[in-house]
Amino acid sequence: MTDSTAPTAALRRADLSEERLGRRYAAEKRFRAYGLMAIFAALAILGLLIGTIVLNGYTAFVQTHIAVPVYLDPQVIDPQDTNDPQIMGRADYQGLLRTSLRDRFPDVSGRRDRLKLYGILSNGAGLDVRDAVLSDPSIIGTTQTLWVKSSDDIDSLVKGYIDRTLPESDRRVKDNEIVWIEALEADGAIETQFNTTFFTAGDSREPEQAGIWGAVVGSFYTLLITLVLTFPIGVLSAVYLEEFAPKNKWTDLIEVNINNLAAVPSIIFGLLGLAVFLSIFGLPRSAPLVGGMVLALMTLPTIIIAARAALKAVPPSIREAALGVGASRLQVVTHHVLPLALPGIMTGTIIGMAQALGETAPLLMIGMVAFIVDIPGGVTDPATVLPVQIFLWADAPERAFVEKTNGAIMVLLGFLILMNALAVLLRKRFERQW
Amino acid sequence: MEAVAEAAAPSPALRNSPKMTSRKTDVYYGESQALRDVDLDIGENQVTSLIGPSGCGKSTFLRCLNRMNDVIDGCRVEGEITLDGIDVYRSGLDVVQLRARVGMVFQKPNPFPKSIYDNIAYGPRLHGIAESKSELDDIVELSLSRAGLWEEVKDRLTSPGTGLSGGQQQRLCIARAIAVNPEVILMDEPCSALDPIATAKIEELIDELRQNFTIVIVTHSMQQAARVSQKTAFFHLGNLVEVGDTEQLFTNPRDERTQGYITGRFG
Ligand SMILES: Nc1ncnc2c1ncn2[C@@H]1O[C@H](COP(=O)(O)OP(=O)(O)OP(=O)(O)O)[C@@H](O)[C@H]1O
Ligand SMILES: [Mg+2]
Repeated sequence: MTDSTAPTAALRRADLSEERLGRRYAAEKRFRAYGLMAIFAALAILGLLIGTIVLNGYTAFVQTHIAVPVYLDPQVIDPQDTNDPQIMGRADYQGLLRTSLRDRFPDVSGRRDRLKLYGILSNGAGLDVRDAVLSDPSIIGTTQTLWVKSSDDIDSLVKGYIDRTLPESDRRVKDNEIVWIEALEADGAIETQFNTTFFTAGDSREPEQAGIWGAVVGSFYTLLITLVLTFPIGVLSAVYLEEFAPKNKWTDLIEVNINNLAAVPSIIFGLLGLAVFLSIFGLPRSAPLVGGMVLALMTLPTIIIAARAALKAVPPSIREAALGVGASRLQVVTHHVLPLALPGIMTGTIIGMAQALGETAPLLMIGMVAFIVDIPGGVTDPATVLPVQIFLWADAPERAFVEKTNGAIMVLLGFLILMNALAVLLRKRFERQW
Repeated sequence: MEAVAEAAAPSPALRNSPKMTSRKTDVYYGESQALRDVDLDIGENQVTSLIGPSGCGKSTFLRCLNRMNDVIDGCRVEGEITLDGIDVYRSGLDVVQLRARVGMVFQKPNPFPKSIYDNIAYGPRLHGIAESKSELDDIVELSLSRAGLWEEVKDRLTSPGTGLSGGQQQRLCIARAIAVNPEVILMDEPCSALDPIATAKIEELIDELRQNFTIVIVTHSMQQAARVSQKTAFFHLGNLVEVGDTEQLFTNPRDERTQGYITGRFG
């Protein structure tokens, strides 16, 4: 041991030198710079993603329409003059449109060219005419200029997705079609109009007739089932585990398993659904009922974990206060703890639902990937959901489905943002300082 | 283990019959023992204060009296605790009914995040004490008046209880406790978060409440114990060292450890 006069470590004063201070400031500055860079990188990636989707997808919300003057021939529409909408609904409106096109371009001859000419209109264009007639039968017998949908190729051409300078053999739209379209454009008979079909129709093989409404309704029914199953089960489990269950090996085991369940890849739940719900219980294939049940399995752990966190956040002093005036444990939970935890539980539930809304893989397993034209009318009807619709369209060969895909992604993102915003709002609104 | 130093002859402090008694009470938290062999009588319509160094088991004992320890995992109570001669732990007495008879005020004010009115009305509603809305209104007013809070809050009964000052909140909690008209009120350091003026108000209040209620109060302030209580019990390391008339205990303690504590030599 040295007999030192220098102070020992415990007695030394803090080093207040400029150099130390400078180092500390520099470290803080560096850290801030890294943080900012990270944020910018994240924002840039997000911006790129959203940017490409919007650029590729905004045209899905409009559709090329062609103005066609049609003579609404009573001989074709209602030969017996019955005025019966049933009969009027069955008439060959597509034929009327064809006649009108022939009149507009009289020098087109030959079967193949004629078919090409008819092909600039959508197969569903006749339906637009039918709707016009059925809504106002008095126009029968007159000539009306009606805006009808063009075919998807013409739509792509007008929106500029097809390069007119390419050699004819390399493009889907041939020279004579371009000539017709340019002639119609010169007449002012071509216009892009808001695409209501996209928001009101189900899926279709024809891009210009395809819409997301079927998928939206399918998603709605699926999520409804998920919510109805997970919310009560999740909240009851969380309340039991948090407020009533003794803390022992068994509850620890349950807790670990709930956390594990949250980490199981979703496709496994899909396989389980296929094996159990479809094969054993014989529930209908492709139905929102089964889809919702599968997604419920996946969402349940999220909700239980969120609900437990929300219950834990209620200070014990509130429970003691209620017990102290003689509330039973159930009364403590129902009168005080649950109402206080509810905003947190709802936030967790909405986030779980948002996850479920974006889920694709497990639904593929239970057959929700089928091509379904009809809008589902209930939870047992065959249906698809938004992300699966996106998956289906992304796979379709037609150029026009690219924009539909991106349009559907925008709609899905819109719903997700809406749900997350609601969750944030709820949290902000009911945030409590204890 | 030393016997509890208590005068054999009935002291003036015990002129009332005991409302609650504890005999050979041991409390364990899991493996560790927090209270050892506590024998204590709580006189009716008296204020009994529990003093002692931090961690000696005062709160633990207090929470045995209305079985608030039941909700703590791993807490085990042995021995006998009676209310009006009936064992509260072993006779199958309903714990909710027990807590309606033995109310509690906590160290930190813990009003419900509800209106002032609902804070007070909660207990009476729970136990069906009020038959009508006007009766409930009367109970709320009476309880708040007895807690000395009525004048301050009568114009804002619908505003949240959590919006009151700390001292007002604590009086609100006392009002909430007396609204169910319990026989015994347990208070665990009710003034520890309060300034001297609020403390004085609550001490005054305790003195008034003594007319109708039996009160047990845990306190770290010996002045407070001396001011408000008739009987004082000194705990040390899980043992009840000494219990007696407050005046006697502070002026003439029998046990060395009590002497040491009240003269500030340890604790
Ligand atoms: N919930 C619990 N779990 C485990 N041990 C506990 C628990 N509560 C109290 N104890 C232990 O029991 C002993 C007595 O605690 P208690 O709270 O009764 O002390 P106290 O006298 O009220 O102290 P203070 O004056 O600081 O409030 C302490 O050693 C404490 O660590
Ligand atoms: Mg304590």
